[in-house]
Amino acid sequence: MLADKDRIFLNLYGVHDWRLEAARKRGAWNATADMIAAGRDWIIQQVKDSGLRGRGGAGFPTGLKWSFMPKEVKERPHYLVVNADESEPGTCKDRDMMRHDPHLLIEGCLVASFAMQAHAAYIYIRGEYVREREVLEAAIKEAYEAKLIGKGNVHGWDFDLYVHHGAGAYICGEETALLESLEGKKGQPRLKPPFPANAGLYGCPTTVNNVESIAVVPTILRRGAKWFAAIGRANNTGTKVFCVSGHVNRPCNIEEEMSLPLKTLIETHCGGVRGGWGNLKAIIPGGSSVPCIPAEICETVLMDFDALRDVKSGLGTAAVIVMDQSTDIVRAIARLSYFYKHESCGQCTPCREGTGWMWRVLERMARGDADHSEIDLLLDVAGQVEGHTICALGDAAAWPVQGLIRHFRHDIEQRIDRYRAAKGAHQVRAPVAAE
Amino acid sequence: MTKIIVDTVEVDVPPEFTLLQACEAAGAEVPRFCYHERLSIAGNCRMCLVEVKGAPKPVASCAQQVRDQRPGPNGEPPVVITRSPLVQKARQGVMEFLLINHPLDCPICDQGGECDLQDQAMAYGRGGSRFDENKRAVEEKHMGPLVKTAMTRCIQCTRCVRFAQEVAGVAELGATGRGEDMEITTYLEQTLTSELSANVIDLCPVGALTSRPYAFNARPWELRKTETVDVMDAVGANIRIDARADAVLRALPRVHEGVNEEWISDKTRFAVDGLQRQRLDRPYIRENGKLRAATWDEALDRAAAALSADPRRIGLIAGDLACAESMKAARDLFALLGSPNQDCRPDGAKLGGGARQGWLFNATIAGIDQADAILLIGANPRIEAPTLNARIRRAWLRGAAQVAVIGEAADLTYRYAHLGAGPKSLTDLLNGGAFLETLATAARPMIIVGQGALARPDGAQVLRAAGALAALVKAVKPEESWNGFCVLHTTAARVAGLDLGLLPGSGGLDALEMVAAADNGALDALLVLHADEMDLPAAGRGAVIYLGSHGDAGAHRADIILPGAAYTEKDATWVNTEGRVQYGRRAVFPKGEAKEDWAILRALSARLGRPLPYDDLTALRQKMIADHPTFGHVDYAPGAIDADSFDPKALGADGAMSDAQFQSPIANFYLSNPIARASETMAACVRDIAALNASRVAAE
Repeated sequence: MLADKDRIFLNLYGVHDWRLEAARKRGAWNATADMIAAGRDWIIQQVKDSGLRGRGGAGFPTGLKWSFMPKEVKERPHYLVVNADESEPGTCKDRDMMRHDPHLLIEGCLVASFAMQAHAAYIYIRGEYVREREVLEAAIKEAYEAKLIGKGNVHGWDFDLYVHHGAGAYICGEETALLESLEGKKGQPRLKPPFPANAGLYGCPTTVNNVESIAVVPTILRRGAKWFAAIGRANNTGTKVFCVSGHVNRPCNIEEEMSLPLKTLIETHCGGVRGGWGNLKAIIPGGSSVPCIPAEICETVLMDFDALRDVKSGLGTAAVIVMDQSTDIVRAIARLSYFYKHESCGQCTPCREGTGWMWRVLERMARGDADHSEIDLLLDVAGQVEGHTICALGDAAAWPVQGLIRHFRHDIEQRIDRYRAAKGAHQVRAPVAAE
Repeated sequence: MTKIIVDTVEVDVPPEFTLLQACEAAGAEVPRFCYHERLSIAGNCRMCLVEVKGAPKPVASCAQQVRDQRPGPNGEPPVVITRSPLVQKARQGVMEFLLINHPLDCPICDQGGECDLQDQAMAYGRGGSRFDENKRAVEEKHMGPLVKTAMTRCIQCTRCVRFAQEVAGVAELGATGRGEDMEITTYLEQTLTSELSANVIDLCPVGALTSRPYAFNARPWELRKTETVDVMDAVGANIRIDARADAVLRALPRVHEGVNEEWISDKTRFAVDGLQRQRLDRPYIRENGKLRAATWDEALDRAAAALSADPRRIGLIAGDLACAESMKAARDLFALLGSPNQDCRPDGAKLGGGARQGWLFNATIAGIDQADAILLIGANPRIEAPTLNARIRRAWLRGAAQVAVIGEAADLTYRYAHLGAGPKSLTDLLNGGAFLETLATAARPMIIVGQGALARPDGAQVLRAAGALAALVKAVKPEESWNGFCVLHTTAARVAGLDLGLLPGSGGLDALEMVAAADNGALDALLVLHADEMDLPAAGRGAVIYLGSHGDAGAHRADIILPGAAYTEKDATWVNTEGRVQYGRRAVFPKGEAKEDWAILRALSARLGRPLPYDDLTALRQKMIADHPTFGHVDYAPGAIDADSFDPKALGADGAMSDAQFQSPIANFYLSNPIARASETMAACVRDIAALNASRVAAE
C-alpha cells in the first residue's frame, strides 16, 4: 500500500486549487532550477535509475527512450511531444492529472525537454477533453507569466509549450499517427524504422511520452531515483495511477504502488466487487486492448507489467475494468471489437479487414447464431491480425478476442447450443443461395 | 555492399536496398500489392511479409532496409526467410483479408487475365473462403472520361494516391474515411487534371481503376501485342499496341528507363480510338471544287502531272506525323526532280543545319535526373511532353534542381522562378540576374528551349540568345560529359526531318514561304506529308497533294489525296527529341486501300519517270543509313558526345528580337494532331476539362 507521503499527484481528485500558487505549495516548481543546473546526463541517469517505465501502455523504459535522442543538436531541432490523446476505453488518469495537477505536467515538460535538448514541446490532447484543455492552457499561461517557461525564463532554458487538440480519433494516440496528425495530415501510423528519435515530428528527432510518464519526472528528480525505485518490485517500480471502473462499489482513480495485488486494489480502494468478490466474472486489467482474465487469476495476480504478462494479459494503461457475473462477456467483447473496427485507420490490410470480420462474427456469437467451428476460425483470424500490422492497433484488436476465447470458450459454446435448441436445428444458419 | 542471407542464398547488396529488393536479388519471389519501384513506400498491404531471424514478428520486406537488420551473434549476415510456414501463413492470412471484401466478379471484371490479385490469390491464397458475412460495397466514384471505377474492388493499396501526388503532381486523389470504410476518391469527384492521370489504371493491381474507353472490349489473351513507339509528342514513349483484327484497341506503356520509364501520357494511351475514325481509306481527287473518290491510278497520274512542273515551282512540306522513311523517300524524289523547295518545319521553327547538337535535347531525358538548375525558355513541358515533365518534377521534388521559366506562367506541377514571358526577359537574364548565378554555379545546368521560342519570325535570334546564355553559364561541359543545351521538340517527325536535312536547298523556299508563294501564284504544286498544323495555300492556289492518314485540315484543302498509313500501320523509324532512333512496328494493316507512305512515294516516282532506287523497306533503310549514318545507331541518345566541338554561341542568327511573348505551339493538349482530333475520348477530355474550368470560375 502506498503511504500518503509517497504520493506524487496530491490533487488527483481536484479538492484543492490547480493554480500555480497552490501547486507550488504542493511542491511543484520546487528546485526546478537545480535540476536544470545538474545537467541533462544527470536527469536521464536519474530517470533510468528510477526504473520508470512508460505509462502509456507499452511499458518501455522512459530513461532509455530519452537516451535514444541524438546527443548533439545538429541542423534539425529536437522536439518533445506529450501524448495526451487518452482514448483507451477505461482509461481516465491523464485527464485528472491535466485538470487538477497541470503544473506537474508543465514542469515535467520543461525538465524532459531540457534533458533532450528540445526548445519546444507539444501536448497533443484528446479533442473531447475540452475542460481539461482549458485548464491546461490557463496553467501554461500562468507558467509563462511567472517566467517559469518561455523565452528567457528563470530556469535558463528557452522553452515553448504548445497545446494541440485532436479531433477524436483513437488511432492518434499511436505515437507516429499522433505525429502525422500534429503535422496536419491524416492520422495514420508511420512505418518504423525510422523511429521518432531519428525522424519524428517534421522529420526531426522527437520523443513521444505519455502524460503520466512526464508528470512524474519532476517528483522523481526532487525525491531521488532511489525513492521511486524502492516502490513496487524490481523492474516494475514506482507509483501508478490505476483507473478502476465497472462493477465495483466505488469506481475511482487511485495512485498506488506498482505490483499491488489486484484483489487488494479493488477491495481497499473501490469498496470491492458489486455483490462481493465471489460475484466476480472477469477483469480487464489494463484498458480495453489487453486480454481479460477470469476471477481465479484475479485472486492472486499482481498489478504490474511482468506479472500480468505472465498470465497472458498486460498492464497497459492500468485501466481496470471489472465485470461481475451479470455481465454478458461475449457481448462485452463484441462491443470492444466494434470499437476497434470503428477506430481502425484503414491503412493496412489485416487490421482494416480483420477488425470488421472479428466484430461481425462476435456479434453473431453474442446472439449464439454461430457454429462451434467458428470459435476456432475467430481465433485464427485474430492470430492473422496480431503482429502483421504497421502499428499496435491490430494487436489491440486481437487480444481481447483471444482473451475471451482463452478463458470463456465455454460461454460461447453454451450460447450457441442454447440458440440452436431454441431455433431448432433446421433453422441453423446456412449459406444463402445467392452466395 | 552488405551481405545478407535470403533463405539459403547469400547475396551482396547495397545497404540501402530494401529487404524486398534483396530477396529479388537472391531470386526469391516476394508477392506485393502496394509496393511499386517508382513510388514511395507505403507498407500497407502487408503481402510482402517475410521472416527475419531474431525478429519477434514477420516484417514487411518493402519497408525495411538491409542496413536496419542486425547481424547474428557471431557477426553472421542477417537471415531473411521467405519460405517458412510462418511466412506462408502470414501471406495466406493477408490474402484472405484482401479477398473477404473483394467481389468475386472476375468474369465481368476488365482486369481479368492481367490482375495481380487474381494471380497472387492463385499462388498464395487459400483454396476457399471462410468468410460468412456480407461483403462491403463501395459507391462508384467519378474520375472523368478516362478512368472507370469499380471501387468495391479496391484493396486500398494507395498506389494511385501516391502516383497522383508524387509523379503527376496533382493532389486530387486521396483516401477518405477510415477502417473498412476507407475509400479512394478524387477531390469532389472531379476529373483528375493531369495529363498522366490514366497511368493509375496500370498501377491499380486490381480492377478498381480500369480504362473507360476500353471497358468490356476485349480480354488480354485475345489481343495481338505489338511493341512500338508513340508519336503523340517528341519523347518517343515506348508503348505496346494491343490490337484485335484490324482495330487498335489500346496502347500501354513499355518500360524504357531512358525515355518514359513506365509512364505514358493520356493522349498516347487514349488517342488510339482516333485511328478508327475520319480515316482516308481511298484516294480522292478534287473536281469542280469537290473531292471525289478515285482509283490509285487516277490519283497517282494526277499527282505526277502536278509535280512535273518546273522544279522551282513545286514544293515539299513534311508535317508532324511523317516517319523518317517517307521523308527520306520524298526528299530523294525532290532531289531527283531537282527542286530545292522542301521543308520539315511547317510551324516555321528556326532550327536545322549545322551540327546535330543544335536541335537535340543534348542532356538526354535521363540527364534531367542529374540536373541541378533548369531554365525553360518558351517551353511548357507539361503539355508538350508530360512524361519528361514528370522527370523535371522529380528532380525538383528531390530538392536536386531549381527551375526557372521564361514563357507562359503555366502550372507545371512544380514551383519555379518566373523570369518573364518574352525575349526581353532572356536579354535581361543574359545581362545578369539571380538565376544567371544559379545556372553559372550549377554543376549540371540545363537550358531547355521550346518550340514556343523558336517557331516565330525572330526564332533564329532567340536561338542565338539562348545559345549565348548556354555559353555564358558553361552549360556545355565536354570534360564532364555534359551538354546542357536542350531543344524540346513537340512533334515526333521533326528531329528525323532535321537529321535527314529536309530543309530548303540553295535558293529554296521554307514551308511558310512555299505557302505564300503558292498564294501568290509563284508555286504550282505542293506535296504535303502528314501536315495538318499549318495554314495551306488558299483554295485554287496551286495543286496540293496531301499524303496522310486522317481527313483533317490537310485533306480538307487537298486537291489530290493519297491515303497513307498511321503510325500503328507501318514499320517506321522515329527519332525522339534527344536524337534517339527507335523503330515503330506495324500492329495492323493500313485502312482500306491505303498504303504505306514510302510505297506511295515510290509508285509516284515511277509515274514521274524518276524511280527511287529502292524497292523495299530494307533497301530504303540501307540507303537512309548510308546517307545519314545517325540512323544506324538504334535506341541510342548521343548526349554529350562531340560536345567539345559544339559552340552554342554560333546557333541561330544575329538580329533584333520582338517583344511578343513566347507561346507554346500546343494550344490544347488533347487536340494536338489529327489522330487526337479524331478521337472521341480526347473530345470527351476536352469537354470535361472545359466544364471543370467553368465550374471553378463559378465557384470562386
